[in-house]
Amino acid sequence: MLYFARWKIALIVLVILSGAVTTLPNFLSSDTLRGLPNWLPKNQIVLGLDLQGGAYLLYEVDRNDYIKKRLNTLVGDIRQRLRDDPRIGYTGLGVQADGAQVRIRDLTRLDEARQRLSELTNPLVANMFGGQAVEEFGMTVSDDGLIRFAYTDQGLAQRMSAIVQQSIEVIRLRLDEFGTTEPSIQRQGEDRILVEAPGEGDPERLKDLVGQTAQLTFHMVDQSMSAEQAMQSRPPVGSIVMYSQDDPPFPYLLEDAPLLSGEDLIDAQVSFNPETNEPVVNFRFNTSGARTFSVVTQRNVGRPFAIVLDNEVISAPVIREPITGGSGQISGDFTVESANDLAVLLRAGALPAKLTVVEERSIGPGLGQDSVDAGRIASLIGAALVIVFMVLAYGRFGVIADLALVTNMLLIFGALTALQATLTLPGIAGIVLTIGMAVDANVLIFERIREEARAGRSAISAIDAGYSRALGTILDANITTLIAALILFQLGSGPIRGFAVTLAIGIFTTVFSAFTVSRLLVALWVRWQRPSHLPI
Amino acid sequence: MLLKLIPDNTHFRFMRFRTISFPLSAVVFLASIALFFSVGLNFGIDFKGGTVFEMKTNESPADIGGIREQLATLNLGDVQVQQFGAPDEVLVRVQEPEGGELAQQAVVSQVRETFGESVEFRRVEVVGPRVSGELAQAGMIAVTASLIVILFYIWFRFEWHFAVGAILTTINDIVVTVGLFVVLQLEFSLSSIAAILTIIGYSLNDTVVVYDRIRENLRRYKKTPLPELLDRSINEMLSRTVMTSVTTLLALLALYYFGGEVIRSFTLAMIFGVVIGTYSSIFLAAPFLIVLKLRASKVIGSDGDSGGSDKDAETASA
Repeated sequence: MLYFARWKIALIVLVILSGAVTTLPNFLSSDTLRGLPNWLPKNQIVLGLDLQGGAYLLYEVDRNDYIKKRLNTLVGDIRQRLRDDPRIGYTGLGVQADGAQVRIRDLTRLDEARQRLSELTNPLVANMFGGQAVEEFGMTVSDDGLIRFAYTDQGLAQRMSAIVQQSIEVIRLRLDEFGTTEPSIQRQGEDRILVEAPGEGDPERLKDLVGQTAQLTFHMVDQSMSAEQAMQSRPPVGSIVMYSQDDPPFPYLLEDAPLLSGEDLIDAQVSFNPETNEPVVNFRFNTSGARTFSVVTQRNVGRPFAIVLDNEVISAPVIREPITGGSGQISGDFTVESANDLAVLLRAGALPAKLTVVEERSIGPGLGQDSVDAGRIASLIGAALVIVFMVLAYGRFGVIADLALVTNMLLIFGALTALQATLTLPGIAGIVLTIGMAVDANVLIFERIREEARAGRSAISAIDAGYSRALGTILDANITTLIAALILFQLGSGPIRGFAVTLAIGIFTTVFSAFTVSRLLVALWVRWQRPSHLPI
Repeated sequence: MLLKLIPDNTHFRFMRFRTISFPLSAVVFLASIALFFSVGLNFGIDFKGGTVFEMKTNESPADIGGIREQLATLNLGDVQVQQFGAPDEVLVRVQEPEGGELAQQAVVSQVRETFGESVEFRRVEVVGPRVSGELAQAGMIAVTASLIVILFYIWFRFEWHFAVGAILTTINDIVVTVGLFVVLQLEFSLSSIAAILTIIGYSLNDTVVVYDRIRENLRRYKKTPLPELLDRSINEMLSRTVMTSVTTLLALLALYYFGGEVIRSFTLAMIFGVVIGTYSSIFLAAPFLIVLKLRASKVIGSDGDSGGSDKDAETASA
């Protein structure tokens, strides 16, 4: 165990050096880093949100909201198909639990109805590896005339998957425009989206930007009665009462079916009304949107229409003249910031379903820096205590263990930097714990050497036996800890995961530094001193 | 002169203690379980749901009464306000409101608006009811899964007696640590699960090292009665066990005093775990082997090692 081939020594030195080189950039300022030659690594350790501050937002796509909306459209489609000429008589059309159903009156025309409606099962594009086509709905027809559409598990899963994907795209567009620094937007599980924005100091505004559905619609105002009348009696068929964003909210009676929606927009920009100098949002429709808008405004000169965002009326201007250019303006009670946010939301498009924040963790930059400082002091003091104690307990062997410990730290930081793993506050705790436990390997070896020496071996033979016999024990002991760390990694999110990472890396570097660095140093010392008795 | 915490060649009769250590541990174990079911854990928002605000106020010490009054006007239900870390910092806990995640977000914006510019929000954490349920489940799964995997690993490396002994010891350590959380009413959060998993790792580390020596001695001294052999093994490893506990505790104490308020209870749990893990590997893990009727003959040859002769042959390893 005390003989090292030259190439092995070279390899060990190389590993330590690369550890040192990858660790180095963490101690340099970014200016110094830029001045370094390109072949040197420049990555610094990635700090977790709990150390650099920022926002962690876990959103869930509102499955029920989506299903409700989707089933309503499905019911509409069913109605339309059955009313098509020649009309098929039906009854009891409506949404039922996780599906829709309708009863055909004339049983002789059941087959015809089945044919007309079969397309509504909506075959979805199968996954990209081919596989079987999936239908969004399963259609069951019973002999008594009842036709039921129900979501298939696969169909729903695939729809949800598509919706999550689409939501991620929309959020990304919004955040890119918002100028959040390097946000990370990831899917989590089936119906969740994780948004992490390091350094974000205003999580409330971030939430406004991410979580708003931002469904823009244009409706004609129904002037057949006043909104107050409609609220007292009931609104006419096809009309609906919506409120303005003002405080207190002001009611409007609008036609339910929108003329146009945000999907027809191609651009939205903030500008200022030259007369009032208030911020407004200018928008432009795509070709088909522009055509519809032009037709509608021609037909309705003198009547008001409403611009509605997520079921709230932003403004309800009167159409003064036909708007044929395909562009328009939203003026409301905007500040520059809110006008800007609205423009961003309109450009990025609407979310396909409602998002709910199910978990939020925002850390202010002050706390992050405090944690970094506390972690640094704790690790330095912890390391100093252990280093002094080892020297007291094992003399020059203690010094060797300490050198191994320092190498170990270098390798841990090197590995964290090279892997670009995230360092969190519990991660720092993991490093401190590793400092304490890392010397365990050396303690096991040294105690074994003492024992072998007491059993009457010569110094060199005792050292040799100490290293070789402690190996199995050290491996067993560390593998159990490694198992705990791996499971922790699987389980954990964010900070906890950071703890598992440093713990696991620490185990590898500990075993390495005990069996190469410490052993090599002992071997060199033995070769140099040729000891006849052990100073241990 | 080197510092020796444990003199060479100790001959403590640890196995005799089992008449004390077993009943003692059983009492503590059962008391922990009883406390868990009667008093219960002080679950943090990770598992209970709810909202936590850590605020730095602009006066030192913070006007906790005033903050409580301001919060009372918001009608947020059960609200706790306490000083946290520095005297100008407070921690506000708001229980999960009825109405799920949306109501929770309303709580956040209300509190943020109310205190607005007068405080610095250092930390805001919100865990909704769905997520808290899942986190609790994931925590349970993690602890159970790691126990099972480690059980198999030790079974594979040792005899089943060792595996069972190690798992029983570890379960004891977990239960007693949970007992500590109950007694001190420490907040039980996700990082507490991390602490428990670390304790599992540490305690097993200690147990495995002792078991390793027991196995080695079983091969070497075939005719020695088991209790005597266990005593010898533990005495041989005593110095190492104590040394490692001391270095680990030194590092953890540094973390406890200087690592900041956020991870203090996490560190406290680990410090306790190191102590209990050291105790249990000596006073529980080894005597369990007597209870489980481990026989020397069963171990021989179970591993690929040489081993067999009564006096260890001086196999010089190169």
